[in-house]
Amino acid sequence: MATTIPIGPYHPLQEEPEHYLLTVEEEEVIDVDVQIGYNHRGIEKLSEEKTFNQVPFLVERVCGICSHSHPYAYCLAVEDCGDIEVPERAKYIRTLIGELERIHSHLLWAGLAGHFIGYDTVFMWAWKYREDVLDLLELLTGNRNAYAMMKPGGVQREIKREDLEGARPTLQTLKEKSEMLYNAILDDPVLKARLEGVGVLPEEDARAFGALGPTSRASGIPADARADFPYGMYEELDWQVITREAGDTLARVEVRLLETLESIKMTEQIIDEMPDEGSIDSEPENVPAGEGIGNYEAPRGECFHYVQSDGSNRPVRHKIRAPTFMNFPTYKSTCVGETVADATIILASVDPCYSCTERAISLKGREDVDLLELSEKKTADLKEELGVNKSPLEEVLDE
Amino acid sequence: MNWKSWGISKSPWLYHVNTGSCNNCDIEIVDCLTPKFDVERFGGKLVGSPRHADVLMVTGPITRKSKPRFERVLEAAAKPFIVAAVGTCACSKGMFHDAYNCVGPVRKVTEAADEDIMVLNIPGCPPRPEAIIDGLVTGLDQLKEVKL
Repeated sequence: MATTIPIGPYHPLQEEPEHYLLTVEEEEVIDVDVQIGYNHRGIEKLSEEKTFNQVPFLVERVCGICSHSHPYAYCLAVEDCGDIEVPERAKYIRTLIGELERIHSHLLWAGLAGHFIGYDTVFMWAWKYREDVLDLLELLTGNRNAYAMMKPGGVQREIKREDLEGARPTLQTLKEKSEMLYNAILDDPVLKARLEGVGVLPEEDARAFGALGPTSRASGIPADARADFPYGMYEELDWQVITREAGDTLARVEVRLLETLESIKMTEQIIDEMPDEGSIDSEPENVPAGEGIGNYEAPRGECFHYVQSDGSNRPVRHKIRAPTFMNFPTYKSTCVGETVADATIILASVDPCYSCTERAISLKGREDVDLLELSEKKTADLKEELGVNKSPLEEVLDE
Repeated sequence: MNWKSWGISKSPWLYHVNTGSCNNCDIEIVDCLTPKFDVERFGGKLVGSPRHADVLMVTGPITRKSKPRFERVLEAAAKPFIVAAVGTCACSKGMFHDAYNCVGPVRKVTEAADEDIMVLNIPGCPPRPEAIIDGLVTGLDQLKEVKL
């Protein structure tokens, strides 16, 4: 007989109000569902009331862990809309903070994943070494978590050469310690037994669900916005996209751990190559009417922002799509058929971030309304209003 | 000081409630447990159930959907307990003041549920782990003056 086990919304394992519904038959998971809406704050609406320069501080609070990703994606969208040039030195600073953020996010995830399977030693170790990255970020930006570095057209603050040089010893220790930690994690027979072959996401399923970031790269798809839509200084740097073929939880762990080492390598290159002199802000006057998109590779996958401007000093529409939104549906492929004990680590293995994802809320008392129908109706109305029969995508496909 | 406030101030067991926060305050609370800050020096410990908790660490501006759940947590927590509102959102809603889906701040919701619940505000966006520990230690010191 099928039983439904709720995990959350307030569960001792989870940082956020996440609500999973596992349908199980004895020990086997036969279906999984996710309830969202606990974290929806209405940021897209608030963003329309702020000026272009104020929005980065707001979207920084979309998610505290990727608090450089959302402002970066937003700035890319505004710069795309207004054809704004960014000085080279500002690009270096942006990339540097982005890579440091990736290191801290992946270490945070490695620790929490250890905690999820009851291996608290990994949790304590990973979070201990993560403190070094936070110290570095505090040295360079003045803040541990919300860095407040981004603005359309450049960055808010200088980074001095002596601070950059001061970061080198910490990076060196960080590299040694994380290599030691990763060898310990990947050589551990207990962890291997818990993770290998668990929650396999085949490549075709990853493509069908549109998985992003480390989740897709662990299934052999080299999707990485840093390589696919180059921004910042990634074209100049020597780095590679890490992929694994296996698609299981162990592969997702490996991808994240190796990416951290890549990020440390990139950070060192940026410190070597960054020019000491130069402007950090192109000080754009205004954003012309139009629309723009920004693709940024956040630690969890590709973060997408859309900004529409009508020539005033505020965005008319600001749409955010976070990577976890695309990674959720993969649970249908990975969790089903596994045991309840393994389900927790599989759910955690896409590194879900709810505060990023929750861009919508269902209305109480309007359960009869189907959101998909509403969305289709809105698109049809828009088409009629604009007098077009085909969407831009359909036109491109026809050509 | 009576025996109840003495008991809570000696070894506060913490329960973490996220009511729509951006994760920043939450990871800083978890940071307090890790080797660098180690809140267990002061007897603090994260527990898995509100029934075991002395202090509810509440983060976030309280969204519409999480409000009824938060009220249930307040009902379930073992009395007496105190509520620590961690972060600017929880203290005053901060930049989500005008958001349509936020019904906080924490003090408003706890007062509606029970006027006697003590709320300890720890502001900051996010408050550093030092600030969280300092806020807790100062708050619990003052608790010795109160009869719960």
